Amino acid sequence: MTAWLRKLLPKITVWRVIFAAILLSGAYATYLRVFHGLGGSTNLSDKFPWGLWIGFDVMCGVGLAAGGFTLVAMVHIFNIKQYRPVLRPAILTAFLGYLLVTVGLLYDVGRPDRMWHPLVMWNPHSVMFEVAWCVTLYSTVLFLEFLPMVFERFGLDKPLEWIHRISVPMMILGVLLSTLHQSSLGTLFLIVPEKLYPLWYTPVLPLLFFVSAIAVGLAMTIFESWHSARAFGRALELPLLASIGRVLAVAMSVYLWIRFLDLLHRGAFGLLLRNRTETWLFLLEIALAVVPTALLYQSRIRRNPAALYFCSVMVVFSFIANRLNVGITGLEAGSGTHYIPKWSEVAVTLSLVAVGFAIFRVIGQYFPVFEAHSPQAGLLEREEREVDPLAVG
Amino acid sequence: MPKAILYDSTLCIGCRACEGACAERWGLPYNDKIAAEETISAHKLTTIVTHGDHFCRRLCMNCLQPACASVCPVGALSKTALGPVTYDAAKCIGCRYCMQACPFQVPTYEWSSRMPRMRKCDMCYARQSAGKLTACAEICPTGATFNGERDALIAEARQRLAAKPDQYYQKIYGLSEVGGTSVFFLSAVPFEQIGLRTNVPQEPLPMLTWRVLELLPDVVSTGSVLLGGIWWITNRRAEVARKEGPRK
Repeated sequence: MTAWLRKLLPKITVWRVIFAAILLSGAYATYLRVFHGLGGSTNLSDKFPWGLWIGFDVMCGVGLAAGGFTLVAMVHIFNIKQYRPVLRPAILTAFLGYLLVTVGLLYDVGRPDRMWHPLVMWNPHSVMFEVAWCVTLYSTVLFLEFLPMVFERFGLDKPLEWIHRISVPMMILGVLLSTLHQSSLGTLFLIVPEKLYPLWYTPVLPLLFFVSAIAVGLAMTIFESWHSARAFGRALELPLLASIGRVLAVAMSVYLWIRFLDLLHRGAFGLLLRNRTETWLFLLEIALAVVPTALLYQSRIRRNPAALYFCSVMVVFSFIANRLNVGITGLEAGSGTHYIPKWSEVAVTLSLVAVGFAIFRVIGQYFPVFEAHSPQAGLLEREEREVDPLAVG
Repeated sequence: MPKAILYDSTLCIGCRACEGACAERWGLPYNDKIAAEETISAHKLTTIVTHGDHFCRRLCMNCLQPACASVCPVGALSKTALGPVTYDAAKCIGCRYCMQACPFQVPTYEWSSRMPRMRKCDMCYARQSAGKLTACAEICPTGATFNGERDALIAEARQRLAAKPDQYYQKIYGLSEVGGTSVFFLSAVPFEQIGLRTNVPQEPLPMLTWRVLELLPDVVSTGSVLLGGIWWITNRRAEVARKEGPRK
């Protein structure tokens, strides 16, 4: 290969090869989905109509994007300005997350050309109808919350001013919409009392979904700060992340306590004596939640970047395990069937995640997402910024 | 008056005439190979299932308060006054929540189609509206599938149970299951032995989600006041601190 050609082509690294392989398999899976329908691209069946694209892409995607509303509420409504440096990355994650959830739905829904139907054909008794409306409206709110980064990048002062003027009602609306649909993803499963395994089926599913979304939103904030610090060579906002770790420990404790009380009052602990797949999946999910919660109560752990990072990763995995248990594995026995996703389902899911990481990286590089600062600079900036508490991000 | 179907397993001889009549009514192919399939699917909306010496039919229960219709985000499914739960394929987006929500696992999907629809029995809504019997009831040679007014069928079923107490398991399936259905089953043996689900709730399923959904206006209004109030207080506090300046 000649030198000029080598300069033209991107450098080949392990990660880029993996990225390309994922996208290639995703492209072929997309071909299968478009030309051979759900039957040719998934292992779904009449007995098991929802699989990985709902269980992971939608239920985990929406939850993992919860950092957006959690931090907007903390910074702008509760006025805890010290969390401002991680607000924009959280909004960006949420915005990308919801975009990808929408793309995931285009794969999963049988007639993607009719995705707009719930907006004009109403059934207020349907949880899905409510989720469709909330997700549509909240994606719009996230877009508006993301816009200031674009306006700043291109020095558009007029629209920036205009958007600041509507920011408070918009943020309140965003938090409300999130509260509604994060919990509603749990409400979706209240209709299947005879199908969902009793370790997960509970009338308080909406509450559990809401509280765990707040917790995982915080964990994702730590996760993405750690990764972007590495990717963009920034200093880690450690004191800030440690303090988020403290809030995370409290949120997780509240979640686990509700979980404990729920199992206790429903008399469901006896189920743990049964040697069934569900028991082990439940124990895994709970262990992944209890361990980081206990660890995060120690300041030694919170101040150690690697330990803090691994705690947040455990919380994220515990969350994913929970959503997959509610959305997939907990339903298998009750549906009288087994479901293992087809390779093409996995390929589409991995592609969505990979594209999410890639877009985040590009936007993080070219738009004012991260505030360049050392802890001192951050303090100065904070005082300066306090003048305009209405500013978004 | 709402209509219903009474299926008496003790009268069924397993001739599968109902399957053929149903296929014809929907314009679906029917042959020996399809007759041998004992599961319902998008190309077979009712089936006879063999359980040892007994037969049982599978078809949409057309529930009084159907979970499928309550969960459908676009209202493609509706419970008609006549009894049948009907489906409007032109509205359907294919989210398959109806399939997930159905406690009887009745709705099926055209998985291999590029323009898929959900498929299920609609208790011959068009025929019954025109005063005719359902296709399955009309063709049944033994009267095992019986179509008529719901109240009359309940009375008929009770009469059969009372007349031959030793030949019937003394219950009517569908009377209280998920708050009542429009298809009733009579059997010689307990219902689980002919493959009917006995673990379904005895209350209407739509209540389970509606109990949460109906709180929505309260949550939104209380939430906006609460969040707006918190913002006002915290913001005012910052404003005051700024105005007072570095006094302390």
